[in-house]
Amino acid sequence: MGAFSVQKWEKLFQNFDPFLEGFGTTLYIVILGLILSLILGIIFGIFSTSHLKVLRGISRVYVEFFQNTPLLVQVFFLYNALPYVGVFMPVKTIGILGVGIYHGAYMSEIVRTGIQAVPKGQEEAAASQGFGYLQSMGYIILPQALKVMLPPLTNVAANLIKNTSILAVIAGGDLMYQADSFASSTLAYGPAYLVVGALYFIICFPLARLSGYLERRFGATPKPKDYSALLSSYETGKGEA
Amino acid sequence: MNEFITAFESVFTRSNVFYMLRGLGVTFYVALISIILSIFFGTILALFRTYGNKLLKGFSITYIEIFRNTPNLLWVLAIRFMIRMPEPFDAPMYSGILAFTLFTSAVMAEIIRGGLNSVHKGQFEAAYSQGFNFFQTLIFIILPQCFKAIVPAMLSQVITVIKDTSFLAQVAIEEFFNNSKWIMSAQIDSTVNQSMRVFIIFGFVALVYFIINFILSCIVRNTRKRRQVA
Repeated sequence: MGAFSVQKWEKLFQNFDPFLEGFGTTLYIVILGLILSLILGIIFGIFSTSHLKVLRGISRVYVEFFQNTPLLVQVFFLYNALPYVGVFMPVKTIGILGVGIYHGAYMSEIVRTGIQAVPKGQEEAAASQGFGYLQSMGYIILPQALKVMLPPLTNVAANLIKNTSILAVIAGGDLMYQADSFASSTLAYGPAYLVVGALYFIICFPLARLSGYLERRFGATPKPKDYSALLSSYETGKGEA
Repeated sequence: MNEFITAFESVFTRSNVFYMLRGLGVTFYVALISIILSIFFGTILALFRTYGNKLLKGFSITYIEIFRNTPNLLWVLAIRFMIRMPEPFDAPMYSGILAFTLFTSAVMAEIIRGGLNSVHKGQFEAAYSQGFNFFQTLIFIILPQCFKAIVPAMLSQVITVIKDTSFLAQVAIEEFFNNSKWIMSAQIDSTVNQSMRVFIIFGFVALVYFIINFILSCIVRNTRKRRQVA
């Protein structure tokens, strides 16, 4: 096992700081990227269920474009092409924008299906009670849609974490980049990749478990609430409801 | 406008177009072989995880969880730099295929497992009552229903694989994005507007990926819609 020899492990533990630094950078990009993608996902998800054709069109174009082109090409565009027109961004910003916008498209599709899974009657009922469009979205529709959305959202979040590794190719200073530069300078590929794999696993695995748990808890489709007990209590006039 | 035309012409010369098309061929080849292999291995893993004994189940769960929770790029780099591929497969492309097969098998296994779970238990009992044994039931009764149920999910994964083959540009495998980047960085005379050139190439690369994946995603959407109606 020359690839995992003791000397290589020694080198790794003598130079462990870059790995921790990369881990921190990855977490930083993950958190800001997640926030950005959630905001974009909710905005464009609501757009795509709107009554206005223009908004639906905008959302469609956004989703289709970013889902159907590679993230790597998008990131390279921000990094390599935009400087030609005078737009210079720090690599971390590129990372946050890149993963945020790309996964926002996936989030938007999830938000759309979540909203569509809520029965139409809910919106009508909200409107009949004098709720405006945004109010009924915020207080009635989205909270109910959340149950359907949560399991796939955690899935996308896990993908976002894994995809931050793409920053390595633009010297983003993230975990993957630190491992790669350490490995190519010391030739200790084995330990470097193993440690980095373990670090990614530590962040992603709990999320995957959470996603599985939420799926079991909420089920694949929302079930209508069981009001039979309530109704029968009206009939007999002595329910606890 | 004139500037645009000279830049355009400097990108789409005969040799450049052939070079990019050859890259596109490699992209398709890597994606296709990896997908076929990973559907095969994914099916085995999913069967292990669903019907296997403790040992097979444990192996399958460990494999799937390891690969699902680490980045694909990590495997691409690790395999390219650490594993010497045996003789007939020593072209760089094959280490890409290996990395993608290892990674995508785990994803496919989870999709197929979902399909297996969606097949009603009664199908087994019905098949047994007709004298089918376990393997016959799997091959003739369960798997066909399972695969039919998961076509959309599988196609979505195919899109992901096609997009992710762009990672291979990072390890100097001559696929589409790698070749396009190479053309981008090629030395050209100063009369050509370099920024325009870069934008044209990026536009072209995005367009090609978009067309391929958009067609696939339309198929995904149509199958999903048809099923909802049915």
